[in-house]
Amino acid sequence: MTPGLLLLFDLLLPAVLLWLAWRSLTSSDLFRAVILFIAFSLLLALAWVRMEAPDVALAEAAIGAGVTGALLLVALARIESAAGRRLSPSARWRSAALVLTGTALLAAAAGLLWSLRLLPTMPGGLGPLVDRHLAESGVDHPVTAVLLNFRGYDTLLEVGVLLLAAIAIWCLDEAVPFLQQPLESQLLTGFNRMMLPILLLSSGYLLWLGSHAPGGAFQAASLLAAGMLLALFSGASLPAQWSGLPLRLLLVLGFFAFLAAAIIGPLTGRALLHYPPAWEKPLILLVEWLLTLSIALILTAAVIGGRPTGSRLYPPPSSPSAEGRRQ
Amino acid sequence: MDPRDILSIVFLLAAAPFFLAGTIGLLRFPDVFCRLHALTKADNLGLGLIVIGLALQADTWLQSARLLLIWLLVMLSGATVAHLIARTALRAGRKPWSGRS
Repeated sequence: MTPGLLLLFDLLLPAVLLWLAWRSLTSSDLFRAVILFIAFSLLLALAWVRMEAPDVALAEAAIGAGVTGALLLVALARIESAAGRRLSPSARWRSAALVLTGTALLAAAAGLLWSLRLLPTMPGGLGPLVDRHLAESGVDHPVTAVLLNFRGYDTLLEVGVLLLAAIAIWCLDEAVPFLQQPLESQLLTGFNRMMLPILLLSSGYLLWLGSHAPGGAFQAASLLAAGMLLALFSGASLPAQWSGLPLRLLLVLGFFAFLAAAIIGPLTGRALLHYPPAWEKPLILLVEWLLTLSIALILTAAVIGGRPTGSRLYPPPSSPSAEGRRQ
Repeated sequence: MDPRDILSIVFLLAAAPFFLAGTIGLLRFPDVFCRLHALTKADNLGLGLIVIGLALQADTWLQSARLLLIWLLVMLSGATVAHLIARTALRAGRKPWSGRS
């Protein structure tokens, strides 16, 4: 493509992004706001592609547009009345909110610009540094090396935040079924029969790809979550005996496996998250597999928006008084 | 110019009217059923032509196969989603537009 056309694209894309963000924030119809947000996320993914960051683009499209979009739509469906879906803030509060948000945004931008000056100047950024040490990381893809080895604590804390969010959601309430009746349709059944295995396969593929090309745990997890949500929307449900302890164990499995891998370092006289040499690749792959499973379940749990209904209490009520407190 | 490039350009240019028509239909058609009809044209034929145009540019046949797979998956999910939306609208009591409103 000629530089002129590319420049046009580079100017048009941020302009459309800003416009979509503004429309999504100021729309008084919540449904319209959600759809605009999904469109914003998809175009943001395109912006990441343009900046040659396919890993972030994949995550943005899958988590930002896909899972978050589903989450917002499901939340919207729960707002019972059509009147509740419209926002009508009074004019006074609207201007106050505008001033407050504007000031906060300006302050944040100024803070970011100021902290940019404090960063050590490094020609080419940290890329060359990562490339130099890539061989020690155990994987061949720089992004995975950074996420699960060099800057592992960032990812560890991220997964911790996700887990905390899922725990908070479960504390709030039991899930209300988001459809009055499941979408029963022969076409959908046939679609699921074809699509669920494909989603499972592509999730595993993305996960495996992560060790040497764009892909990885978060992207694979959102595909897996998409499959689970598709099954849930079609009326599938988790058997009651699995939704107690087994589900909880699977939810925390990824975080604790990562934590265990991180602690191997201090136990063997190295730094935290410093994997023993020659064990990096198997450790990273194992952690990624378990992370994928847990993140997929956490994302699904967030969309469902509550503890699984009809699940047995955990811990099981030991005495009649505990039973009484529940009711 | 490489004949492969010319073919690609032809296919990509042929795809554009489908997306344009699909978008205009989505914005201007009177009811949800007509809009779905317009949208699925863009998804099925427009994307198909784009995929053919891009597959000709791929370095390996495996890349082309993956592009074709994406097209098939989009068609599959597009058809299913269109069916579900239309059925939900019909059950919610939406009457298909008859031109006399």
